[in-house]
Amino acid sequence: MQKYSVFNLIKNAFKGHKDWEVAWKDPTPKSEYDVVIIGGGGHGLATAYYLAKEHKITNVAIIEKGWIGGGNVGRNTTILRSNYMHDENGLFYEKGMNLWKSMSQELNFNVMYSPRGIINLAHSDAQMNAYARRGNSMRLNGIDAVLLGREEVKKIVPVLDFSENVRFPIFGALMQPSGGTARHDAVAWGYARQADSMGVDIIQHCEVTGFDIVNGKAQGIQTSRGNIKAKKIGLCVAGNTSVLADMLNITLPIETHLLQACVSEPIKPILDHVVTFGAGHFYCSQSDKGEMVMGGDLDGYNSYAQRGNLPTLQHVLTEGIAMLPFLSKLKMLRTWGGIMDMSMDGSPIIDKTHIDGLYLNCGWCYGGFKATPVSGWTFAHTIAQDKVHELNAGFSLKRFNTGHLIDEKGLGTKTWIS
Amino acid sequence: MLHIKCPHCGLRSQNEFAYGGDGTVKRPELNKKVSDKEWDTFVYLRKSPRGKHTELWHHVSGCRQWIKVERDTVTHEIFKTAKVNEDI
Repeated sequence: MQKYSVFNLIKNAFKGHKDWEVAWKDPTPKSEYDVVIIGGGGHGLATAYYLAKEHKITNVAIIEKGWIGGGNVGRNTTILRSNYMHDENGLFYEKGMNLWKSMSQELNFNVMYSPRGIINLAHSDAQMNAYARRGNSMRLNGIDAVLLGREEVKKIVPVLDFSENVRFPIFGALMQPSGGTARHDAVAWGYARQADSMGVDIIQHCEVTGFDIVNGKAQGIQTSRGNIKAKKIGLCVAGNTSVLADMLNITLPIETHLLQACVSEPIKPILDHVVTFGAGHFYCSQSDKGEMVMGGDLDGYNSYAQRGNLPTLQHVLTEGIAMLPFLSKLKMLRTWGGIMDMSMDGSPIIDKTHIDGLYLNCGWCYGGFKATPVSGWTFAHTIAQDKVHELNAGFSLKRFNTGHLIDEKGLGTKTWIS
Repeated sequence: MLHIKCPHCGLRSQNEFAYGGDGTVKRPELNKKVSDKEWDTFVYLRKSPRGKHTELWHHVSGCRQWIKVERDTVTHEIFKTAKVNEDI
């Protein structure tokens, strides 16, 4: 594989940039693989990369219905954080934060990792108490957390609405200084390029139409480009999980819902942190291009549409203007939607299934992007070793039956209520 | 924006409604022994189909009645609506 470096850049500049290798190949599917990963999103690509790198399993195919970077990995708001209270979540996502730190060097691809800090605003004494508790839980798990008072928040993000007569005055905030953002499509491309270089076949425009299961054991898949035998099959298809589960006769604790995001026209640098509104559901950061990147609630009803509806956007942006009044002066540049695999306790599932050789990675709700490296890392371990890693042991499929839910926000099963 | 035809009030904007989820889920019968598996299925497991979906909506800013709606989860087309005690 050709290394990306300043020297190679200069060398290729003299040749008019005509001799660059393709970042990943476009192979015809082979008839058989050791492992087939369904879904070429961030998690699927990361899983293939870690299967090759950590477990030396390189006879691997990624089967993608669309194209690399076209799904949720290119549709999210790029936020990285591990500010969770429960051990299962905190320790898992913190492992992810460590993988983010070295990702650009490891993948030889600039993912524009920017640990600018994430600030969750609090708007009441009760919320400050809850944040203090969450911050303490985080620190016990070795995650950085700082409780900020109103004046401290004002110093860091003066552009927020600190006027006296607001409906939801800012009391303070919980900050994770190591939280931040990364360029999402670079993450997909970086993992794809490295996985390809280690022998993984990335097969795009190939839709899975069925599974070959014999005597409770996975044998292979049927696709729009022919049948492919596989010893092990990993599902990494986010919002389409229920569709594939239906082919397998499995019913999951998951509903597919639509989440929208949007960006404003680009403006000069004004916000150098990720900030979330505490009295509703709104989050905002500023991209390097200057756009304000925003998101919030689900559209609120089952949807596979990958495009949103205006009432939700209006509701979310009303909260945005309550937090950052200057947003009302900006023009909207783009809005878009992605489909989320909403689990019934808000936490993911990375587990084996009752079918031998079939592994499940789903239930990412709003927060799949930040988990990309650690999801791939633990899922690769689960597939390669045929057993869960201690980091994803809590994310079992059985927990809904045994009562060991990881209900971080205490929302229960009504996934559309956000 | 969705426009939902409430069987009591007529065609109204989605803003007047609250979503109530999959309308085909049935609670295990009252006053009978319920196994863990039955309860688990009722509380957590959902088909979440891509395509036609029968669901409940609450006309919360209107007549306050629960209604049934048959809707496509890909195109958002609404095929039929019915009172909650009617078959759809």
